[in-house]
Amino acid sequence: MTAQLIIFYLLGAATVLSSLGVVLTRNVVHAAFMLLVALLAVAGIFLVAVAEFLALAQILIYGGAVTVVVLFAIMLTRTDDQPRADHSQRALAMLAAIGVFGLLVVAFVVSDVASLESATGVATDGETGFENLALGLFTDWAIPFEMASLVLLVALIGAIMLARNLEDGE
Amino acid sequence: MLELAHFQVLSAALFSIGIFGVLARRSAVLVLISIEIMLNAVNVNLVGIAAFSDRAADVRVFGQILVVFIITIAAAEIGLALAIVLRVFRNRGSANVDELNVMKW
Repeated sequence: MTAQLIIFYLLGAATVLSSLGVVLTRNVVHAAFMLLVALLAVAGIFLVAVAEFLALAQILIYGGAVTVVVLFAIMLTRTDDQPRADHSQRALAMLAAIGVFGLLVVAFVVSDVASLESATGVATDGETGFENLALGLFTDWAIPFEMASLVLLVALIGAIMLARNLEDGE
Repeated sequence: MLELAHFQVLSAALFSIGIFGVLARRSAVLVLISIEIMLNAVNVNLVGIAAFSDRAADVRVFGQILVVFIITIAAAEIGLALAIVLRVFRNRGSANVDELNVMKW
């Protein structure tokens, strides 16, 4: 149980530090790679919370696809002069972020969801999320699941239409 | 002992880091990256709640199922948004959000 906690703390520290790196670094490419580290650490946190399938999906979709797409976008929108990475409203943004963090933590402490739901703690002995997730996804959630695939298809076609070079002809 | 509060505080930290990124960054690509961080904060929260409370058969891993849909929508969103950013960059020669002010009065 304590090993679980230590792993959670390590992964959480990696997530928070690399996310901070994403929003603080001046180099855009470094930001993309630190995003990759943060997303992989989140996948590890999913594993701690017994969500194996989500961890795999996270690594495949974020680690594989999203990071590559972001790197391509960075490469294609590159201009020679990058004088500053941040707005002048940076201090205000910092204030807003700290305010939201305080508000969220207070809300979590006050609402205390854990005690409402008679929490029993994260499962450790041999229980996996795969079976329950598959049962839920293909019985109660089958129609939304298929609609999600439709949404993905529409988004793909839309992205291709938008990014295509119209001057080249049809 | 790992508690739900751990997941919630981590989620809150990630979400506020994402808010800072969205508000402070100039490049539209970096703003989108920060939005991805915020979506991941929500996912961490949902997975934590699923691990601690979704044991009964009638709410079977509801939190994890929501995360599946969020990941799907996030993938669609980043693809479409980056295509729009590319198009804007091609038309206007800049992908910095403070220079795209044609609709500002």
